[in-house]
Amino acid sequence: MISLVLIVLTSLFFMGLVIRTKSIASGRKGPGLFQPMKDIIRLWKKGAVYSNTTSFIFQIAPSIYFSSILMAILVIPFGHYKGIISFDGDFVFFAYVLALGKFFSIIGALDTGSSFEGMGASREALYSMLAEPAFFILMGSFALYTGHTSFHEIFTSLHFGSYISYGLGALATFVLVMIAMIENSRMPVDDPKTHLELTMVHEVMILDNSGFDLGLILYGTNLKFAMYGALIANFFTGSFSILISILIFLGVQMMFATLVGILESFSARFRMGNNAQFIFTLTSISILIFFGVLLIMGKFV
Amino acid sequence: MAYIQTYIAILALSLLVIPFLKVKWKGIITLSLVIFNAILTGYLALPALLGEKLEFVFQGSIVTGEIPVRIDALSAWFMLLINFTMITGALYGLHYMKAYRKQTSNLTLHCLAYLLVQTSLTAICVIQNSLVFLFAWEIMTISSFVLVIFEYYKQNTLKAGINFLIQSHAGVLFLTLGFIWVYYQTGSYDFSAISQFSVNFPPVTSLALFFFFFIGFAVKAGFVPFHTWLPYAHPAAPSHISGVMSGVIIKIGIFGILRMLQLIQTDYIVLGYIILVFSVISGIYGVMLAILQHNLKKLLAYHSIENIGIIGIGIGLGTLGLGQQNSTLILLGFSGALLHVLNHSLFKSLLFYSAGNVYQTTHTMNIEHFGGLVKQMPHTAILFLIAALAICGLPPFNGFVSEFLIYSGLFDGMESKEMLNLVVLLFSVFGMVLIGGLALLCFTKAFGSMFLGNPRHHFQTEPKESGNGKLVPMYMAAAFIVAIGLFPKFFFSLLSEPLKLYLNKINYTGSVSTTVSITETMQTIGFSAAGFIVLGLLIFFIRRKITAKMPSPVLTTWGCGYVGETEKMQYTASSFIRSYRKLAEPMLSIQKRKIEIDGVFPVYGRHETHPYDKIEEWFIDKPWNLMKVFFGKFRFLQNGNPQFYVLYGAAFIALIIAVPLINDIIKKIIYFLNQI
Repeated sequence: MISLVLIVLTSLFFMGLVIRTKSIASGRKGPGLFQPMKDIIRLWKKGAVYSNTTSFIFQIAPSIYFSSILMAILVIPFGHYKGIISFDGDFVFFAYVLALGKFFSIIGALDTGSSFEGMGASREALYSMLAEPAFFILMGSFALYTGHTSFHEIFTSLHFGSYISYGLGALATFVLVMIAMIENSRMPVDDPKTHLELTMVHEVMILDNSGFDLGLILYGTNLKFAMYGALIANFFTGSFSILISILIFLGVQMMFATLVGILESFSARFRMGNNAQFIFTLTSISILIFFGVLLIMGKFV
Repeated sequence: MAYIQTYIAILALSLLVIPFLKVKWKGIITLSLVIFNAILTGYLALPALLGEKLEFVFQGSIVTGEIPVRIDALSAWFMLLINFTMITGALYGLHYMKAYRKQTSNLTLHCLAYLLVQTSLTAICVIQNSLVFLFAWEIMTISSFVLVIFEYYKQNTLKAGINFLIQSHAGVLFLTLGFIWVYYQTGSYDFSAISQFSVNFPPVTSLALFFFFFIGFAVKAGFVPFHTWLPYAHPAAPSHISGVMSGVIIKIGIFGILRMLQLIQTDYIVLGYIILVFSVISGIYGVMLAILQHNLKKLLAYHSIENIGIIGIGIGLGTLGLGQQNSTLILLGFSGALLHVLNHSLFKSLLFYSAGNVYQTTHTMNIEHFGGLVKQMPHTAILFLIAALAICGLPPFNGFVSEFLIYSGLFDGMESKEMLNLVVLLFSVFGMVLIGGLALLCFTKAFGSMFLGNPRHHFQTEPKESGNGKLVPMYMAAAFIVAIGLFPKFFFSLLSEPLKLYLNKINYTGSVSTTVSITETMQTIGFSAAGFIVLGLLIFFIRRKITAKMPSPVLTTWGCGYVGETEKMQYTASSFIRSYRKLAEPMLSIQKRKIEIDGVFPVYGRHETHPYDKIEEWFIDKPWNLMKVFFGKFRFLQNGNPQFYVLYGAAFIALIIAVPLINDIIKKIIYFLNQI
């Protein structure tokens, strides 16, 4: 429960922080922290234009996409506190629920019959498919390390002992940050600020969404960011009291947001054609983590 | 006993009666017989599934010996799921076949073959005498061949059918060899002789025996590289037959493998590794090729290979558990596999029925020609969507439950200390995830380009929704798909008896804790699935409440300023998977033909891709060509001269007569030599 509240809270200012970082990095003052949220609320109050090509799929897709993210958030624990849903192997559920949302956002895009949106959908489908093994192998490594298979148990029994384990923690954070960037279609893979439809991934999928639906999708992105931030924060909140944990949680989220902002300010988007290979290499980092875990446990012969 | 005799009597009677009925009645009688058979076998199977084993022994003849008919929990599980899909198939087929009403005699054969398939499948599940088992297997193969070649006047159909027949018999050959080996060593056709065999011999010998059976059954199930008949047979058959074939007929191969695992004692760890590797390759290869297909039914056929791979991963995991004496692995692996068998039979048949609906109104299976069908065929679209989500293993549908069990098993299995074990399991996790992701790509392509967007092709007649007759069996399957997703605990508990068959092998004394925790997890998954549906509905209703009063004008799709009709500008199925194709190209065999657009006023451009099966190239085509060359050397024998053919006959008869004589002479010579 507490993780849900905290994630929703973070989602309100997360994107604002990213934008503020980017503004400062480019020498501007930038909008207020809550400006993105205000934009979303404004969208929620607006009417929408629908294409005459679309069917009911287009109407239900954003709602299902949004609820899939909410559902995934319910799985995430906070320190000692379980998520609202917690069972052995819940990270499989987490990944698959997100995949369901992705499925709907893809077919929602295809429903418009637009060539641009087909293009975006194609890329999104491919990228998220390629990012998935990295996540599973990462979680598998931690399952092996801790001997548990639910988020809550993995995080509570995770303890850093040796230098290798700190290295693994850093690598895992890297993989999670990268997965978060891919899942949210952010910088190294996709540039949300691009103005050319041909080079967009996520933005081009939602070209035809407007009004309330667009607001849902945009807020979904904020939530997703906060969700991955929470996942990363969980690596560090293991054994502290609740107050300190909350502070650590907020600190990690802010660092994550700043990091995203900095990444977006100082790095260029990869060539579209090479994205697939790049994403797939994340899996090899996960495999590195796996072998690192083997090393710690002395199973390496 | 009496039940079985009634069953056989009614079947024989109906086989005699159906040819003389009017066309309208043939279908109805067949359907009612299918349902009757299903009820009768279900009546026997249900108690067996709950733990009451049944055993009848028929007298048999001198040749066969006693024929034991044993209905245990494993056979019961398969009998029930086979009969359910058989019923939906018959219901669907009754209306599907209306289009072929005029082909009376062909329909008669079709109805008879359908009944025979149902009976022989049930028989295979229960008969435990290898000779009679092979008989039933043969009847099943031949009658499914008859079902496949319904449209025999099309050359491709006939070719696909014959391909299927030959490959199935290659499988039968291996089964026969396996059974003969057992008979030779033990002198009994009873299945219990197989376990006796494996106890008597060292594990390596039993492993070899298992491989004879494994190859035999793998041909039917469609494991790579024995899968090559599948992508031809499925598109050729009528849709309800494709559904039944992919849904249950290939599963009988899985049944065979599971049965042999239960009977044969061997080195389970090695076996588990081998099955896992086979299955992961099948799964990944199947879905990799599925994405590239342009023919919808061929796409679905490759997905069957993928799902057989997933089932195989479950089986391999369970086998590994048998070897490591790990009850959790056995529970998770076999329950995942068994549940996935049921799940796949449901969503795959549903997908094929939807494909049938689309085919009968558009008369094409080319994905590139569809578009926007959701408006004309909303029911088919929703049913296809449900099945597509389920086959991708997404919650809240049934595919997730079985894949989840297998995932849990893979992660739990990592507790073992061995390096090899860990690497194989990691490879399997990687395989499962990749399969899931690629399936998602494949089904967004299929659903998106068939049902969404604008029509890409002008059909002679406007496509329209199928009648209720076809939709009812589809909704039946869909209801089960949702039910398993929402109440996984119940379906998991049904599996407890079949699982005991395997748990007993390691003398599992019933520490219930693992079972309890899995059951609890299943319940939580059920609640989460329900919660997810409620959440989705809630958000949708909030959205409707808020947006109800707002203006929502309808305009054309945003085209970057271009507002004309955009059918031709739409992304096609091929372009949707283009980046994937580029990635996968080195591993697969894709033929491309391209005419580039050039010049100031381009006239004509063209781009074609024809995906082909690399394994088929290596495994079937190359040996086949070599054989052709070899046998071509003897072509001079076939010179078209009747006199020569008479001579061959005479020479053959002479040879037959001469064999004993020559034998005698040889003996005499040997005797003579010995004397010296």
